[in-house]
Amino acid sequence: MAERVLMKGNEAIAEAAIRAGCRHYFGYPITPQTEVAAYMAKKMPKIGGVFLQAESEIASINMVYGAAAAGMRVMTSSSSPGISLKSEGLSYIAGSDVPAFVVNVQRGGPGLGGIQPSQSDYFQATKGGGHGDYRMIVLAPASVQEMASLTVKGFNLADKYRMTAMILADGTIGQMMEPITFEDAEVETYDKPWALTGTKMQRPHNIVNSLYLKADELERKNFERYERYKVVEENEVMYEAYMMEDAEICVTAFGIAARVAKNAVVSARREGVKAGLIRPITLWPFPAQALRRAAEQVKSFVCVELNMGQMIEDVRLAIECTRPVSLCNRTGGMIPSPDQVLSAIRAAQKGVN
Amino acid sequence: MNHKRITLFAGHYGSGKTNIAVNYALLLAREGRRTAIADLDIVNPYFRTKDSAAELAAAGVSLISPQFANSNVDLPALPAEAYRLVEDRSLHAVMDIGGDDRGAYALGRYTPFILEEGDYRMAFVANPCRPLTRTPEEALAVMREIEAAGGLPFTAIVNNANLAHETTAETVLAAVPYMERLSELSGLPVWMTSAEETVAEELAGRIPRLLPMKLQAKYFDLPEQKGPPRPLFG
Repeated sequence: MAERVLMKGNEAIAEAAIRAGCRHYFGYPITPQTEVAAYMAKKMPKIGGVFLQAESEIASINMVYGAAAAGMRVMTSSSSPGISLKSEGLSYIAGSDVPAFVVNVQRGGPGLGGIQPSQSDYFQATKGGGHGDYRMIVLAPASVQEMASLTVKGFNLADKYRMTAMILADGTIGQMMEPITFEDAEVETYDKPWALTGTKMQRPHNIVNSLYLKADELERKNFERYERYKVVEENEVMYEAYMMEDAEICVTAFGIAARVAKNAVVSARREGVKAGLIRPITLWPFPAQALRRAAEQVKSFVCVELNMGQMIEDVRLAIECTRPVSLCNRTGGMIPSPDQVLSAIRAAQKGVN
Repeated sequence: MNHKRITLFAGHYGSGKTNIAVNYALLLAREGRRTAIADLDIVNPYFRTKDSAAELAAAGVSLISPQFANSNVDLPALPAEAYRLVEDRSLHAVMDIGGDDRGAYALGRYTPFILEEGDYRMAFVANPCRPLTRTPEEALAVMREIEAAGGLPFTAIVNNANLAHETTAETVLAAVPYMERLSELSGLPVWMTSAEETVAEELAGRIPRLLPMKLQAKYFDLPEQKGPPRPLFG
């Protein structure tokens, strides 16, 4: 068996990033993701990498932009309010088509909110956050193992599609410790002929830029970018289906909420209620097709989230409102109990949701 | 097991200090000692001594924790009451020191009192399964950093080798050579071995000075995840 290490979710991200070839980390501390930076601060100097605590989140995301333009595997990490500050940079990175890896270990919001776990940045991650037409690949780990695996996957996808891959985790997964291994995700490498590596007088200049002076040129760029996004949507959807074969109630949840939901699904089955779970692992691209197929089979959906109901909109959109979808939620740093989810499943079974 | 008046647990963050401190305080109380425990962790606002407040209260252990522990106020303020531990010499005191050298800075203000009284045990909690203390040499470096920050020399080592719910007796026994090497490097004795109570049962008679522990359940068990979690890819 592969060697197992006991890691915090935040440490798993940092170690996996290093193993994926990331040698540039720019960040700014914020609870509950600080261990990512702390781990990088300890490790990077020992392996010839760069750890830099910038003067602000805005500075750090622009450092990521710069290193990414030079073709480096680079990352930053933060938590909710910090990601808001980075949003301008994320838009510039998208507009320049450079790959970046960004981690959001979410805490309660809006505003300064609180330091306890939350999933209330779903909209921000999947619908923009920054300005302009753009997408990010959004990965939602539900365990410390997935924090590591999806980090490697995220670096691969970012390079492959020249876009930002974001880990959307929460304080619980960031802080909790589980034994993991690093051997289940393969590091892929991609040529970066567009990178600013110096022409050595042997090739034309590469330009990395998000400014277009002519409207038709900018429109063409946007159309091209969305063609690429379409390929991502066709090829990179990941989700987990649990006990869905004969399910009559489909619970949808991502990240830590899915772990709670899974326990509730097992309890519901014990009571004879045929519940199943679809857990989106990629929040963008969203597993819309899987949900559409589920809608042909189940009589209703229960969406479990640590927010006021954000992913539920994508669930309703995916199934084109052909089935009722109820929300089972806690927010502000609270986590629903398996019993709360079980009650929501029972209500859905009785058709009172 | 002999006890000092003040017992401090320090180590790399995530090494298991809080669980050990809580279980050790409960042990002292069970043995009929007037016991108090202080949470001096100014680093991590997530996993805290206060999470065990109910068990500690039931056992008659007084708990001193930062005013804002377990709230949304990310303010590392220590309570004035913590001085009770060094001033009231009729108490048995347990101190849970925050992770790494950063956490140990908070200890510094109590160090002169602890040294003056001289009846203390400063225990280094070691878990070789943690990524930044994989070798005894790395653990020794963390030990030295904590001593430099808190000003209090370590006097003992605690073997807390574990892989959370995957821990077996073998996990703990496999760490014995690591602990012996750390003991040799630091000149300190391996004082005790702490393990979750079912693992401790398996270890009984195979390793001396065991502290069986009830753990704070904070993680989210998965129904099908009794063994190792299935890898996502491949």
